[in-house]
Amino acid sequence: MNTLQKRLFGSKEGLLGTLFLALILVVVLPLTLDIFRLNLMGKYLTYAFVAVGLVLLWGNAGVLSLGQGVFFGLGGYCMAMFLKLEASDPITTKIQSTPGIPDFMDWNQITALPAFWVPFKSFPFATLAILIVPAVIAYVVGAAMFKRRVGGVYFAVITQAIALIVSLGIDGNQGLTGGRNGITDLRTLLGWDIRTTFGQYTLYFTSVALLLGVIMLSRWVLSSKMGRILNAMSEKEDRVRFSGYDVSDFKIFIFCLAAMISGIGGAMFVLQVGFISPSLVGIVPSIEMVIFAAVGGKRSLLGAVYGTLLVNTGKSLFSETFPQLWLYAMGGLFILVVVLMPNGLAGLWDDYAKPWLHGAKKRLMERPPVDVGETKSNAPLAKII
Amino acid sequence: MMLAYTTSELTSIFTMQGFAGLSLFSVLLLMALGLAIIFGQMGVINMAHGEFMAAGAYTVYLCSTLTAKFAPAFQPYYFLFAIVAAFFVSGSLGLLVEWGLIRFLYKRPLDTLLATWGLSLIMQQTFRSTFGAREVTPTLPDWLMGSFKPTETIDIPINGVFVMGLTLFITAAVMFFTFKTRAGLRMRATVQNRMMSGAVGINTKVVDRLTFAIGCGIAGVAGAAFTTIGSTGPDSGSRYIVDTFLVVVFGGAASMLGTVASAFGIAQTQSISEFFLQGTMGKVTTLLAIVIILMIRPQGLFASKVRRA
Repeated sequence: MNTLQKRLFGSKEGLLGTLFLALILVVVLPLTLDIFRLNLMGKYLTYAFVAVGLVLLWGNAGVLSLGQGVFFGLGGYCMAMFLKLEASDPITTKIQSTPGIPDFMDWNQITALPAFWVPFKSFPFATLAILIVPAVIAYVVGAAMFKRRVGGVYFAVITQAIALIVSLGIDGNQGLTGGRNGITDLRTLLGWDIRTTFGQYTLYFTSVALLLGVIMLSRWVLSSKMGRILNAMSEKEDRVRFSGYDVSDFKIFIFCLAAMISGIGGAMFVLQVGFISPSLVGIVPSIEMVIFAAVGGKRSLLGAVYGTLLVNTGKSLFSETFPQLWLYAMGGLFILVVVLMPNGLAGLWDDYAKPWLHGAKKRLMERPPVDVGETKSNAPLAKII
Repeated sequence: MMLAYTTSELTSIFTMQGFAGLSLFSVLLLMALGLAIIFGQMGVINMAHGEFMAAGAYTVYLCSTLTAKFAPAFQPYYFLFAIVAAFFVSGSLGLLVEWGLIRFLYKRPLDTLLATWGLSLIMQQTFRSTFGAREVTPTLPDWLMGSFKPTETIDIPINGVFVMGLTLFITAAVMFFTFKTRAGLRMRATVQNRMMSGAVGINTKVVDRLTFAIGCGIAGVAGAAFTTIGSTGPDSGSRYIVDTFLVVVFGGAASMLGTVASAFGIAQTQSISEFFLQGTMGKVTTLLAIVIILMIRPQGLFASKVRRA
């Protein structure tokens, strides 16, 4: 039990941190925010899935993908296709020239459900697709790139191009995907209305539970032997390779895992917001999600959640009051975080708040100070939380 | 789909779309040349490169407005001066950015990428607040208007020919600078071996700054060229940035010949496929083809022998 706890939460500090985050998400936010704002928070939490994936991929494996929005979108579209088919039963859509197909297909003179839509009538299939489709795409891209030792900026540029291709491709095929408007007007999940207040509360708590689960899963992966190898790889890849490990397999695995996690986020997004469109898939959302992770601290799983919530809350406050200033703020944030705080909020916490807390505790206990070197040597381990 | 056209129609379509492709090729090549020398030498990906292009385009617009207001007689000639101005405006902006931001981030290529993305957001918003969100078009001199008509169905615009000529001139100038001057020699030495160049007395920091400024300056010229074929908006530059990256990567970084060849290939494929496929699908098909080729052959068309990690 003790080892399992270590694997899931890291140190005692990690356990406390996770509990604190859970306290905020489960108790503080629902009690202080009305349902509209809470739903908004729920939407931001779905971006946090992507940010957690980026912590694994970028912070721990050293691979920056600028196309994570693609996986978010794929998960979202899989969920949206299921919900749309449920919303387009023959009775509701009887005024269409072809009843029983989604409305946007009817508007585009499509008379039969396209073959790739048909399996999405089944809920188990759609659920599986949310996990499998992003992972398969990530596997194909990852295998092609990492096996040929492509990494760094090349990988970033190519994943960004993929984000552009996918968003333009969805945009350009209106009859098949709903085009620029996306898939809208989603109402029920297996007959259960997702738009009621009760439904929104339930979905919010489901997102929180899934997110905490994903964080624990990620920490479990990072605390395994593989996590060590990933860590070593991001420091000195050649040495790991010369020690006989196939570096690319680890990268492919973590890329697939990050994609899968992003897909879950996308699916939860669709459930809470009720639509999906290519504007959530392209270059801009993909790179914004990177900055969420960077603000939180690219190596900190919990930091990713705080980073996402803070940047998005800031964005909504800013764009409500000073819409013109928002791009300056966002641009400034990119530069500031990268130049001045490469480890984000988690870095600030480790460098300033933690020593201070440590000192405060000591002063309270009135003990002579212990050698500082001891805490220093633990630093790399503590960073994993 | 092609069967619906006769052979002579197809010839005309290919000639005209091919020529439209040449204009796109010119802009892509000018953008990519700047990006390639910066990336090739410093390993820095400049996400704000498109905004340096937009800065050049806005410089031309500004010159055009000022000329119309204060020296209408000068109108037929202002454009040539505007191109030079665009080079220097974008170039000095580049110098400033290298000094204020980029030099702190060498050896951290991924971070540079994010920081320059932030810079591009700031520049876009600055363009929007200064010139407005609407797209602007400078008044072009009369000699740039009109078109040749070699046959009944073929129509070749003069501005396209001018842009082609400008591109050829800039490419030749960059080649001359790189291979025939002392500064170019120092630049190539720094690309090949930074430590050794430093050891033989080349001030690599100065070389970096100069390279960055020249790269951005060429982007400014690309912007000037762009004004003759399209109107300029705050996000004009960012629309070309991904294509430009693909041109550089596809051509094989640090290979100038590769950059030219890949800009040509990408522009032509895109232009011709755009005619036959509806809307954005031509672009999607082109980009997809490039990405798939890059997955199979990541080193690009003309690979240099050393590959940096």
